[in-house]
Parts: sequence; structure tokens; C-alpha cells
Amino acid sequence: MRRINKDQRARIRLTLNDRALSAEAEPRMLLSDFLRHSLGATGTHVGCEHGVCGCCTVLIDGAAVRSCLTLAAQAEGRDVRTVESLAAPDGTLSSLQQAFQDHHALQCGFCTPGILMSFTDYLKRNPQPSEADIREVLSGHLCRCTGYAGIVSALMAAAVHQQTSEPNRSKS
Amino acid sequence: MKPRPFDYVRPDTIDEAVAVLAEYGEEARVLAGGQSLLAMLNLRLADPGVLVDITRIAALDEIRDLGDKIEVGAAVTQNRLLAWPHLTAKLPLLAAALPFVGHFQTRNKGTVCGSVAHADPSSEIPLSLAVLAGEVVLRSQRGTRVLAASAFQKDMLTTAREPDELIIAIRLPVVSGRGFAFREVARRHGDFAIIAVAALIESADETRFGVGGMSGRPVVRRIATGGGSAVHDAINQLASELEGYDDLHASAAMRRNLLRNLGPVVIEEAIRCAA
Repeated sequence: MRRINKDQRARIRLTLNDRALSAEAEPRMLLSDFLRHSLGATGTHVGCEHGVCGCCTVLIDGAAVRSCLTLAAQAEGRDVRTVESLAAPDGTLSSLQQAFQDHHALQCGFCTPGILMSFTDYLKRNPQPSEADIREVLSGHLCRCTGYAGIVSALMAAAVHQQTSEPNRSKS
Repeated sequence: MKPRPFDYVRPDTIDEAVAVLAEYGEEARVLAGGQSLLAMLNLRLADPGVLVDITRIAALDEIRDLGDKIEVGAAVTQNRLLAWPHLTAKLPLLAAALPFVGHFQTRNKGTVCGSVAHADPSSEIPLSLAVLAGEVVLRSQRGTRVLAASAFQKDMLTTAREPDELIIAIRLPVVSGRGFAFREVARRHGDFAIIAVAALIESADETRFGVGGMSGRPVVRRIATGGGSAVHDAINQLASELEGYDDLHASAAMRRNLLRNLGPVVIEEAIRCAA
């Protein structure tokens, strides 16, 4: 049984973007702050801090979740992926990121990391989404710049691109 | 904002979890998905002495088919139940209601039992549990007790759970082959429902009807569906009786009007679904 007292700083180990990392955290430290302040992964943004805006969405064991509604201690031993994991080491954008650039799916870019992580998970589970499917998942994010039209076209294009470029992808 | 300090305990077994709850009593809060609790902690609306994280207790992360009931363990997430291959066949009402619970991203972490434990008056899962006449299984060092949904949820965010008890599962009766329908009205898809309504055909001339968001807990009634204006009259009467309540999203009068309009539509849908 893991027990961390309120005034104690415990070492939390996790895998972040394929690297085994660790840092100290009090029980009350949110995963969003742990990623940004303790591990230096500032690509994850923090908007509302109560689960509404979706900016802080990351993948834990492949599932898109709110890092502001997750304690660092809860992510102990887990596989965490953030927006920093999407582009190739040489800077080549992922097909999802490239679609965002092609379709003007961002202006200020604050909400973008969360949306990219949500759909990294969702498009794996549902590679042939309808526009309604995409809008429903997108309802878990707030964007104050774009009016969402560009984001929807980017996501539709990314889904088509993933199907054509990865024909062996499972359709489950 | 950030939460106030608290101790964090992550038991590996149900026995360890109930021992910690017995040790801390009212100071403790159970942490499962945390999709309501963490928001309340961040906003400092909750101030527990200890969080008991039950998500790594393997025995709680199971969906069990008991024949006439489906038992959903306390660590099972909403998206896991939504993806359960037998959901549509065994629990069609849940298949209809779950997509309205929060968003894809919160359902990845939010648990089925956590929603029941939180007991928000307009929540979809407590409403479904009430309409299906399901059960809540509670465990403490004193033993196990099983409460009917109607005995479990007492009022807004208030349940019959004692401080040393852990919800280990809920049991949802299998009702395949009967007409049902679910609808809700919210500002955006995934937001808290203003009102949510569900209907389940009981017999040729009776429907079980449930509504959330009109009072402190879901209300379930049997409504006679025998022609004429019987359904409209019964729903009108229910709306006047429950009154509804005012909050940021809607007035009590708007809630009554939504119920008067949505109630008969949902019952009609359930009857068509059965036919």
C-alpha cells in the first residue's frame, strides 16, 4: 500500500514520452503542474484547472485524460504522453499536427496541445469518424479563437490521411 | 486553484481500503476517477484529510455478468462500460445514457460507481440505476450490505454510505427486450443535464418513468399509458408535485416546462422501441 503524508514529498516515477523520469511531489500536486514545473514539459497547457477547458489533456496508458483532474501520485508508474511526443525528433510534424497547420486550426494555440492529445487517442479507437463523432469529442475542449470550423476540417483530413497512409490499422 | 494538503493512500486490496476508511472516518474521501472530486478539491469545495485511491485494486476493476444482473466494480471507468461488448444487449438504457456522461476525455477516467457515489441530482448514471431499480454494494470492516438505489441516494450529493464504507460495485438488472428511451437537455452535449428523463416499458399499459434534475435525487414513478391524455396528465401532475429548483442554468419553471414537454416524448419513444 502506497502512503504519502500531506507534508511529505515523495519521489514519483513515470514514463514521459518514452523516457523514464522522476521528481518529488506532495500528494496534492496535480499531474499538470508536475509535468510543467517538475519535469519541464511545458507543452501541456493549464486553462481552467477544473476539467472544463481541455487544454491540459494528456495520454495516460494511451487514454486521453485531464491532467488537472489527476494527481501526480495517481500517474506513478504509468505511461504518460504529452504534445511533445507527437512530432518526429527532426521536427517533422505528425499527420494530425500537419493537418492543423494546413487547415488553420489554431490561432493563439493555447488549446491546441489538449485537442491534439484527445484526438491522438480518439482516432486510434475510431479511425473512420463522422463529422458528428468529431464534434462530440471536440465538445470536451474550448477554443476561443477559431470558431472550431478549421479544427473540424483538420480532424476530418487527419482521419482520412491516417486511413490512407496506414491501411493495416485495425478497424476495432 | 490548487487543492489544500491531504494525505494520499493507495491500497492494493479491498481489505486495506476499508481499514484506511475505518482509521480516518469522516476525514477520508474515496478517490476513483476523480472527475468530480478533483475539481471540487481544486476549487476548495472539499477539504479531506486523506484521499483513498482505489483505482489499482484489481478486484474492483471488473464487470461481472451475474445472469439477471450486471455487476460493475468501483474502479470500472465509464468508457470501459461503454465499450463492453454486451452493453447494448444487456443494459440498453446504459448504452443510451452513458454517451451523455461528461465528455470522451472525462469518461476515460471517471468511474460508473463514482458518479453514483457523488450523487449529483441530474446525473445520468444515478438516474439509470434508479429507473432499473439497481443496487449499491457497500463494504466495511463491519461487513457487506446491499442497498436499493432508492435507499442509497437520499438527497443532493447525499447518500446512505457511512464514512467507513466503500462502494465496491453497483448491480444493474438486465432488462433486454423491453422498450426504453433516454433524453436530456443540457447547455452543451456533455455538460450537466438541466433535466434528464428515462422510460422503461413495464407492461402493455404501464411504463416506469424516471427524471433527474427536478429534485435532490432521481424520481421514479409508474405511469399508466392507457390512451387519451393519461400520460400528459400524469407528467403534468409530476411536474407540479416536484416543483424543480432554480440554479445558474435554469429556473424551476423552465425545469417544469422541460419535464412537461420531454416526459411524454420519451414515453412515446419507449413504446415505439418496444413495438
